[in-house]
Amino acid sequence: MADKKEEIQYESLIVQGAKYETTLTNKFRNRKVWQPHNPNLIVSFIPGTIIDVMVKTGQKVKAGETILVLEAMKMHNNVLMPFDGEIVKINVKNDEIVPKNHVMIEIKPIQGRIK
Amino acid sequence: MSLRNNILDLRKRKLEVQKGGGDEAIEKQAQMGKLTARERILAILDEDSFHEYDLFVEHMARDFGMETKVLHGDGVVIGTGTIYNKPVCIFAQDFTVAGGSLGQMHARKITKIMDHALKMRVPLIGINDSGGARIQEGVNSLAGYGEIFFRNTLASGVIPQISVILGPCAGGAVYSPALTDFVFVVENISKMFITGPSVIKSVLGEDISMEELGGARVHAEVTGNAHFYAMTEAECFDQIKKLMSYIPWNNTEKAQTFPPKPPKKGLKIEKLVPVDPRIPYDMREIIKSITDGSEFQEIMEHFAPNIIIGFGRLDGETVGFVANQPLVLAGVLDTDSSDKAARFIRYCDAFNIPIVTLEDLPGYLPGVDQEHAGVIRHGAKILYAYSEATVPKVTVILRKAYGGGYIAMNSRHLRADFVFAWPNAEIAVMGPEGAANIVFRKEIMEAEDPEAMRQQKIQEYKEKFANPYVAAAKGYIDEVIEPADTRHRILHALKVSKNKSVFLPNKKHGIPPF
Repeated sequence: MADKKEEIQYESLIVQGAKYETTLTNKFRNRKVWQPHNPNLIVSFIPGTIIDVMVKTGQKVKAGETILVLEAMKMHNNVLMPFDGEIVKINVKNDEIVPKNHVMIEIKPIQGRIK
Repeated sequence: MSLRNNILDLRKRKLEVQKGGGDEAIEKQAQMGKLTARERILAILDEDSFHEYDLFVEHMARDFGMETKVLHGDGVVIGTGTIYNKPVCIFAQDFTVAGGSLGQMHARKITKIMDHALKMRVPLIGINDSGGARIQEGVNSLAGYGEIFFRNTLASGVIPQISVILGPCAGGAVYSPALTDFVFVVENISKMFITGPSVIKSVLGEDISMEELGGARVHAEVTGNAHFYAMTEAECFDQIKKLMSYIPWNNTEKAQTFPPKPPKKGLKIEKLVPVDPRIPYDMREIIKSITDGSEFQEIMEHFAPNIIIGFGRLDGETVGFVANQPLVLAGVLDTDSSDKAARFIRYCDAFNIPIVTLEDLPGYLPGVDQEHAGVIRHGAKILYAYSEATVPKVTVILRKAYGGGYIAMNSRHLRADFVFAWPNAEIAVMGPEGAANIVFRKEIMEAEDPEAMRQQKIQEYKEKFANPYVAAAKGYIDEVIEPADTRHRILHALKVSKNKSVFLPNKKHGIPPF
């Protein structure tokens, strides 16, 4: 916010190729920077509590199997394996409270069939 | 018993109830920098004008030990009075009585005064200071809130509704203010949220203070829930009275008029705007160089400051101003500024207040966050609001009017009544820099010195399209005016629009993108 009493520090903002001198709002500065979706990271879609981690590191898991139960808003949500793959790393343990978009489990796809 | 005894008995009863939650509770309230419910009402209304009703109402809760508890006035004060000698309805929740918690009778008192305000077509002022639903009264409490929300909605656009948040206002309670026209908050005193910090901490593990979550500043700057932000209750009451000097008492009236005054002599509009469209200036100065006495009542000053909204007077009559602010984010339209302007335009339209639009914007704010936050549907609100508004609408283009922004800011195409442009205005499908890059892409790429060619083409484009005369040639601009004539031209435009009458297709209601 521009405060008249202080000397205003101008910054630049580019809109359609033209560079404008202006000030920026805190909300603009704090905006979330977009990141592409990484399919190998299982992130919490909602903040909540880890009820049960059902897999181990190195385990091969079929698409659709439950790998973790996340409780949020009094609901037990089954987090499913998105594709046939292997568990690379587990970053959470039972009863842990996780924020939104927390990387809970890292996975990688595998070729061929899983028994 | 003589009548005298009855009267003495009445006085005793009144005094007892007016103590609210008692001296200790009142002392606590004072320690928090808060006035009591009655003190607040008296501070807002004209002197000696307040008349209270339902003083002797008692609650009907019979469970959890409530049957033995006496809650004076059931935690809320209602009544009528005057502001500027004109009638208003008012209620104030009394935090000293059971934390101002809302039970069935408490809600019934509020809805009684709301019904009265709507029936009598007078403004409603609600002072919120409540811990929330009275849990002991269960679903009756929820029913009470629902009845209030319903009336807020019915009264919307008929009478002005003002919410003053002077304490906690949590859970479902927040939706009454959210449905009203203007929300006032005070630093350190106002707290608004759906879910409090303790629940957020225990369920989600996010540690945040009440102030950071839903304090006055947050609602004034980040959420856009509050329209006016004050440091003290006294400042807040002054803001309320100042606002009320600008608005009509209901949707069939006009706001009170004042003796016309010229703007201050020192403010020369033609000297305030730099010629280079990329250099910022404070648009508030421009507004003040146009309004009577250079007075301007800004609304939502801290939220989305890239657009300015508020009231001023022209020849003594209230006018709503919507203006891009080049000083912040170059004055772009984005999700928040569109939302802010659109609601204000609808307010002005509902209450017969002409709208003056001052335009100087480079377009919409680029960014993934904006696109994903729904800048399409939010941006559409401003188109909807301007198109739908039938009050007199005047636009002045000061410097830039590019692309979608040109259309959105009350263009002729959305049925502006008068559109003026300054001689230096650039009205074009996009800014010269962007346009040159697209139109002359091949020439620039193939040139020996691409940058020199780019600059040459930008200049060419500027001369050919970035001026007001292309739009004026089509009649999209009614007149290219000299900057010093701006106030005079707006005054005349509003004068000849006084009896404006347009007809929209008959419908139950539109479906605006909200």
